[in-house]
Amino acid sequence: MTSAASTFAERGAAEVGSDKAKAIGDGARHLIEKRGAALEDYPAMDAMRDRAREIRLHTLANLDAYLSRFADSVEAAGGSVFFAADAAEANDYILRVAEAGRAERVVKSKSMVTEEIELNTALEADGRTVVETDLGEFIVQLSGDRPSHIVAPVLHWTRQQVGRLFADKLGVPYTEEPTELNQVARTHLRRIFLEADMGVSGVNFGAASTGTIAVVTNEGNGRLTTTAPRIHVAVMGMERVVPTLEDVGVMLEVLGRSATGQPLTTYTNLVTGPRRSGDPDGPDELHVVILDNGRSAVLGDDVSEVLACIRCGACMNVCPVYRSVGGHAYGDIYPGPIGAVLSPVLFGLEGREQLPYACTLCGACLEVCPVRIDLPRMLINLRERVADDNSAFSWLNVPLTAYEKAATHPVAWRAAVGGASLAGKARRSGWFGRLPGPGKAWTTVRDLPAPARRSFRSWWRKHHGA
Amino acid sequence: MRLSLAAVSASEPTRPDTAQLFATCIVDSFYPQVGSAVVDVLEAQGVSVEFPEDQTCCGQPAFNAGHRDEARAMAAHTVEVLDATNGPIVVPSGSCAAMIIDHYEDLLADDERLSAAARRVAGRVREFTQFIVDDLGLDGLEASTRGAVTFHPSCHGLRHLGLAGYGERVLDHVGVERKPLEAAEECCGFGGLFAVEMPEVSGDLMNTKIDHVEATGAETLVGYDMSCLMHLAGGMHRRGTRIEVRHIAEILADGDTP
Repeated sequence: MTSAASTFAERGAAEVGSDKAKAIGDGARHLIEKRGAALEDYPAMDAMRDRAREIRLHTLANLDAYLSRFADSVEAAGGSVFFAADAAEANDYILRVAEAGRAERVVKSKSMVTEEIELNTALEADGRTVVETDLGEFIVQLSGDRPSHIVAPVLHWTRQQVGRLFADKLGVPYTEEPTELNQVARTHLRRIFLEADMGVSGVNFGAASTGTIAVVTNEGNGRLTTTAPRIHVAVMGMERVVPTLEDVGVMLEVLGRSATGQPLTTYTNLVTGPRRSGDPDGPDELHVVILDNGRSAVLGDDVSEVLACIRCGACMNVCPVYRSVGGHAYGDIYPGPIGAVLSPVLFGLEGREQLPYACTLCGACLEVCPVRIDLPRMLINLRERVADDNSAFSWLNVPLTAYEKAATHPVAWRAAVGGASLAGKARRSGWFGRLPGPGKAWTTVRDLPAPARRSFRSWWRKHHGA
Repeated sequence: MRLSLAAVSASEPTRPDTAQLFATCIVDSFYPQVGSAVVDVLEAQGVSVEFPEDQTCCGQPAFNAGHRDEARAMAAHTVEVLDATNGPIVVPSGSCAAMIIDHYEDLLADDERLSAAARRVAGRVREFTQFIVDDLGLDGLEASTRGAVTFHPSCHGLRHLGLAGYGERVLDHVGVERKPLEAAEECCGFGGLFAVEMPEVSGDLMNTKIDHVEATGAETLVGYDMSCLMHLAGGMHRRGTRIEVRHIAEILADGDTP
């Protein structure tokens, strides 16, 4: 993953108020409202969130043991396991599997981790065809766009745009009816599914005790991807393991509700090993690729809880900044508050210095997170790393440092407050419009009230002072 | 730190007779009338108010900027000043109160004496509305304002201090006409330095909030955090919106303002 050369503030400013940003804001609000409605019917949610958090933190604290057990279980069920240290190792392994299995045609169900390693690019460079089968990802692929949300990749598209894309690229008559658009994609994809040699999926959760992988979708494409082709490759972030199948059940209780307000997604696939003798269908080979790619380096540090994330997207749905700028402004595939922590942690802070500041610290994300990750706290932790060399907003350093110094010296502070009052006296209108210098940023979008002609402490001295 | 209204009213708190005022830097320099309104309201309730004059800023801007060392120095200064006093410490700002309550002890963890003092100070800190509702009770409060208001619950008070419903309850008790604010719990976009680091994004959130405020038809926007209100007042002034901005203490005070 490479971040763009521009900063978050620049990209955000460019997106604000655009049709795209408005569509995302509306879509995100809609998703969080559905979450709220689902919770009204499910009073156990808070207790279930506590349980889910406990499971995730316990697993992370014992990750090596659970991963090794998971790998043993997958192999015992007849699957193969490959531990990939980074994206290159993961892609290289998958290409070797494709080569050995003479897999020319690849279908994919929705998977953020394969976006993370840019698997499509690797497969195509190797001369293989890849087709995304999740409707949103299919639209993204067909149009050459980028996902703007981890659960709803085309939250920024209107159905009219999808209708025009399908008419243009698939040669079908224009329609903007969602069910018809769905049917167009289904018909187009059905043949591709049947001809595919290899199916690539992500993994929502892996159960260590049984080697079972859970893949949830709303379109059934996950089930086809994992059963129809001869080879199934499942790519899993190493943090996605949980101890038992029962624990997977707990995670599913909170995942669907948090993501889309569904008690369960429409399809929940539990895959344990490849096709066994007597099975009516299923792949001949199952390969589970367990990806590190920066994750193990986070374990034990002050942002390690970010690995508890189950990718529901609720934090971005509720985030005022995400709703205002949309997903692309974040520059990487993981947007919103979780992305502002995860991307710098996994892909490096360099070039992403402003991401931890893309937050008003309003705390709404913490309030909805199914595993109660304290993202605001982690954003501050990352800011502390960035602030070591003051690289995010260099123009602020001088005024902020002066302010901080004065605040620990009461005499200097009183003088500064007195100076502010003088400025207030001089400004008869009581307001400043567009200011230069350090006042410029404030007055870009709002006026600045002049300081009061008499400070509170001065009033206090007169009325209450000794 | 979350206090539920039910849990608090169940126990009978001892009514404090003295309180310290931690005015906050914004109130000191920009909104002195809020500080004097707090003094008015508390004195009218029989609480004598003290103002430790060596107080400066709670350190929130430094902490949120990631300037941990500077935030630590500001926390140490504030703790020294406040720990030398007695009684509840009333702060007319949810976010400054939350800064002291949530972060001081951790910031000062390396110094045993200071972290113990920070814990004592944090235990005494009350956001103004919280102090009114939880420590003083609503009896004897009156409104000095006529005309409809709407209330914006700022994020730190709402989510960090658990003050959902506090401000609305106070306003309703004194009989002010209160118009419900759509999406009241959404951030106004201030976010401290965020307001100047990412002004366009901040302004977008601000304008959404102002749209909702305007739609209420209220004459006055009331809140408990002057920093958010300064940002919103600046936005409304830029837009030409003629809606007054008031701290909730000003609604309850009898009008002796500087």
